[in-house]
Amino acid sequence: MATRQTQFLARSLLTPAVGLLFIWMIVPLALTLYFSTLHYSLLDPGSEAFIGLENFRYFLTDPAFLASLQNTLVLVGSVLALTILLGIPLALLLDQPVVGRNFVRLMVIAPFFVMPTVSALVWKNLLMHPVSGLFAWLAKLVGLTPVDWFNDVPLFSVILIVAWQWLPFATLILLTALQSLDEEQKEAAEMDGASAVSTFIYITLPHLARPITVVILIETIFLLTVFAEIYVTTGGGPGLSTTNIAFLIYSQALIQFDVGSASAGGLVAVVLANIVAFFLVRIVGRNLEA
Amino acid sequence: MGQITLQGVQKSFGPVHIIKGADLDIADGSFVVFVGPSGCGKTTLLRLIAGLEDVSGGKILIDGKNVVDTPPAKRGLSMVFQSYALYPHMSVRGNIGFGLKMAGLAKDEINRKVEAAAATLNLTPYLDRKPRELSGGQRQRVAIGRAIVREPKAFLFDEPLSNLDAALRVQMRIEVTRLQKQLGTTAIYVTHDQVEAMTMADKIVVLNGGKIEQYGSPLELYERPANLFVAGFIGSPKMNFVTGEHALQRGAATIGVRPEHLKIERDGAGGWQGTISVAEHLGSDTFLYVDAGPLGMLTARYIGELSLHAGDRVSLVPDPARIHRFDERGNALQG
Repeated sequence: MATRQTQFLARSLLTPAVGLLFIWMIVPLALTLYFSTLHYSLLDPGSEAFIGLENFRYFLTDPAFLASLQNTLVLVGSVLALTILLGIPLALLLDQPVVGRNFVRLMVIAPFFVMPTVSALVWKNLLMHPVSGLFAWLAKLVGLTPVDWFNDVPLFSVILIVAWQWLPFATLILLTALQSLDEEQKEAAEMDGASAVSTFIYITLPHLARPITVVILIETIFLLTVFAEIYVTTGGGPGLSTTNIAFLIYSQALIQFDVGSASAGGLVAVVLANIVAFFLVRIVGRNLEA
Repeated sequence: MGQITLQGVQKSFGPVHIIKGADLDIADGSFVVFVGPSGCGKTTLLRLIAGLEDVSGGKILIDGKNVVDTPPAKRGLSMVFQSYALYPHMSVRGNIGFGLKMAGLAKDEINRKVEAAAATLNLTPYLDRKPRELSGGQRQRVAIGRAIVREPKAFLFDEPLSNLDAALRVQMRIEVTRLQKQLGTTAIYVTHDQVEAMTMADKIVVLNGGKIEQYGSPLELYERPANLFVAGFIGSPKMNFVTGEHALQRGAATIGVRPEHLKIERDGAGGWQGTISVAEHLGSDTFLYVDAGPLGMLTARYIGELSLHAGDRVSLVPDPARIHRFDERGNALQG
């Protein structure tokens, strides 16, 4: 198909885009690498000096690092669990023929369109506020003491907000998968005497295995870098209780003004993300082949 | 036992009547084929019997018991679907044994039954494979295995061979027929292919527009079609219909003659004159499509080779004993 001419044409037309992308990615990476080997504090300009791997040692031995790594994992894991465990029943519900199904579907998908900062603000001030929030009002209505969400259960609150944002995504992917389930397979199971529960366990759930993997992989990529929700609601606190890796790097650079250490942290995050990506690409790739 | 009786079974989807009252008696152990053109309601009728659709009226009796309110699994029937509907993530063993597992049988009993069914269908080497690793014919056999392992009162087949290529279809046709005779289980088989119907059935139900046009053995339908529809549907190539003067001479509105009952004469003066427009030479048969002027296009079949070609003039003489006569409403006239 491709003659030498069309190959040349294709390559020369692609070159600007590829080149631009390459520069776009390589310049920040190179700069980060360079900064990570410097003593570079914004509070002490002009004192930049090469210090080898000292920044990495400082970042990795910082007690905040382990705490934030743990927070990151808890956040990713909990949001994944919540979105999938709630997404499956929601998708099953939305798959039922009900009046106004299209409208309901649109409404369910809506949270995904709301900016993270906006939804975090809405949750913080309208829903979870201990004095004027809706949850506090509801608690008082039934005679309970309102929960001070961001002080008492800060990480859980952040998890709730992020899970609310990602639930539509999981629901949507699972719903499309449910719709592709062969109707005759369900009827065959019905003829075989399977109850609704058995049909779900033996037919529907195995059918959903692949979309669930896809949801896990894609959500993981984005959940590793959750930032806006934490920045808007808790600012990483109280203490370090809601600081994840992304927020820790931000605080190194723009609260402690230590660019060198933040760069080192950024590179650590890149390595962590790559470890995840390695598994992601392998599993997704295998699923797409089969 | 698997005697199935339909009494005035009706089905409508909203204002659309799909089945307009079907009465049918299916004897235990017989092989009954529902045949008809697309949209005639044959699959719907099968799904009503299976219980995958609810009837809008009438009764379905299995061994004398009305089952219209019984869920599908409790009717003691098993079904082979057009798409096979195998469970893709289960092995062949899991697929065949699923119904038994749902019925709560012990594991070793399931294994024993599955292996017996697999042996009947030559599936033993494939028991631990997944459906996607099997060929079309093997998948078909797994679907049949899933049906026979439950030892049902009757098998329901929904166009099971339509996804196979022609050669495999002939082979599976024979296998299914033989298996049914061997097991002696009642079978209801839906197809739009009248060759399948003629070759497999003990009795054929011809459906058209939601009505049963005729119910009888294949040869009854061939020799004594009840009306124009059955006459035209059964037999390949189709029966020739002639209206007008020739029909009136025999006291009918329409007369029908099958292509194999037309004698072909090269220069005959009698019979129906015409010019060959297409001649098909198959070696074993010769099909002539003859433009017979006011009579329209006629098809004639000759067993063996006949060296006639397009443009030749022929005369076609119908076998007087094999002329079917129909009245104005399309119903067959006796005698």
